[in-house]
Amino acid sequence: MAAAGHMTASGAPARTGGMTLRRQVLLLRIALLAGLLGIWEAAAASGLLFRDVVPSLLTIGRSLFELLAVPDFQWEVGITTLWVPDFYRHLWITMAEVGAGMTIGGFSGLAVGLALGANPFLSKAFERFLYYLGPTPKIIFFPLMIMWFGVGPGSKVAMGTISCFFPIVLSAAAGMRQIESVLIRVGRSFRLNTWQMVTKIYLPAMRQPIVNGVRLGLGVAVIGTLLAETKLSNRGVGFLIIDAYNTFDMPRMYSLLIVLFVVAIGANALVGRASRG
Amino acid sequence: MSAQWLRRNDVIPVLFGIACLLAFFVLIEILVASGKINPFIVPKPSEIVTSFGRIIADENVLSRFFVTCGEALAASLMLAVTGIGLGVLLHRLRLLRLATETWVAAMASAPLVLMYPLFLVLFGRSVWTVIMIGFVAALPPVVLKTLEGLSGTRAVLINVGRSFNLTPSQLYWKILFPSALPTIFVGVRLGMIFALINIVGVEFLINFGGLGQLVNELSERYDLPGTFAAICFVILVSVVFFMATERIERWLRPGT
Repeated sequence: MAAAGHMTASGAPARTGGMTLRRQVLLLRIALLAGLLGIWEAAAASGLLFRDVVPSLLTIGRSLFELLAVPDFQWEVGITTLWVPDFYRHLWITMAEVGAGMTIGGFSGLAVGLALGANPFLSKAFERFLYYLGPTPKIIFFPLMIMWFGVGPGSKVAMGTISCFFPIVLSAAAGMRQIESVLIRVGRSFRLNTWQMVTKIYLPAMRQPIVNGVRLGLGVAVIGTLLAETKLSNRGVGFLIIDAYNTFDMPRMYSLLIVLFVVAIGANALVGRASRG
Repeated sequence: MSAQWLRRNDVIPVLFGIACLLAFFVLIEILVASGKINPFIVPKPSEIVTSFGRIIADENVLSRFFVTCGEALAASLMLAVTGIGLGVLLHRLRLLRLATETWVAAMASAPLVLMYPLFLVLFGRSVWTVIMIGFVAALPPVVLKTLEGLSGTRAVLINVGRSFNLTPSQLYWKILFPSALPTIFVGVRLGMIFALINIVGVEFLINFGGLGQLVNELSERYDLPGTFAAICFVILVSVVFFMATERIERWLRPGT
């Protein structure tokens, strides 16, 4: 996933060819989209595939509208009561779980990363454990998280936390080591204390690696939390997806996946823009 | 983090790290034995160690390991063929690349593994669901890295090829492909790691297949030491896989 970070940045279309090239690209994109949707619709209409597995675009569109725009849940927010589509409540729960996981995993990852980056001894002693634990499938820890934090949101927050901890700690440690020594010497010559060194020198100098770590961490935290919701939960977007599977409501499942991908890609692009801006 | 940095280790800090880990296990052992930690929530580390033999003998860990390896191998082969193929295609057709590269990059940031219920409907609760999730979730990085490798070929090399009057196909096989191979392998390696993570994850989630299912089954049986031992085994397999691919990458990219 480390590669995905800068690949998005390099994906911007070239502007060398001027308007005509841009127009050609736009036309090709429209043609590709139209072709894909046309093939889908033809497959749905042909009856060659199961109609329920490949529903028509109209059915998916209707389901998307029902998901996002038809109020079917009475949501009490403070003293007011709102009628909203139930989806937003589930989305809010998932976002809150991911947010809590990111906060806990992010801050602890940052603290541990700073400690490892600043101290070569600690780094040599412990960083290899983290480096090799990073690319293991975190979802297999879910049974333990259920045991330790219960079947409610706690275990999902824990999944988000352990998912995002590793990329953030490794990015922070690597970022810390990349800081130019002259900056550190400037800080020392001003007799900054540890807290001042962290806030005035280290963190500003390692903004880019930290944002990259947060971006990677956010991606895996979303996956960890949602997968945990599909395994054992009664709320959240992950639960809605597996519920659509259990009730074989395929248009709803497609709608959920579309919305989820749009939200996830949008969030990733926002963090990516923050890193460049 | 560079591999060189990892190699240049001192013995004392490494021993200190291992000693801390062992001390942590001893502490947990003491806390559980003294009743400070509930043994139904955290088993004794010694019980976990002894249950390794039990799960290897009773739960067919070896055959499960080969099932997971087979799935990962199938997904990796599909990844290499399709991912590199798509990367080459996008490199050759510039307009197609300009139109779709951002889409592929967006797909790389989408939680594709969440499509597993859809794949369950399409392929049933079978080995193909597991393989296809591994394949689809890991495809974007392979495509993008192949593209990056081919585009990153130094112009001077291509000019040398042209000065020798190489045909486009010769230029591809003699110049572009060998020059891009290390970067392509980075993509394939990333893809293989993603595939393995997703394969074990989906095995766990749909309770089907090899090592992932073992963790699920043991946890559903409430066999806590066994669950811990199975998790340790999965971590061991991932780490060995990660280290092996890292070595191959180092061998392919000497001097980096």
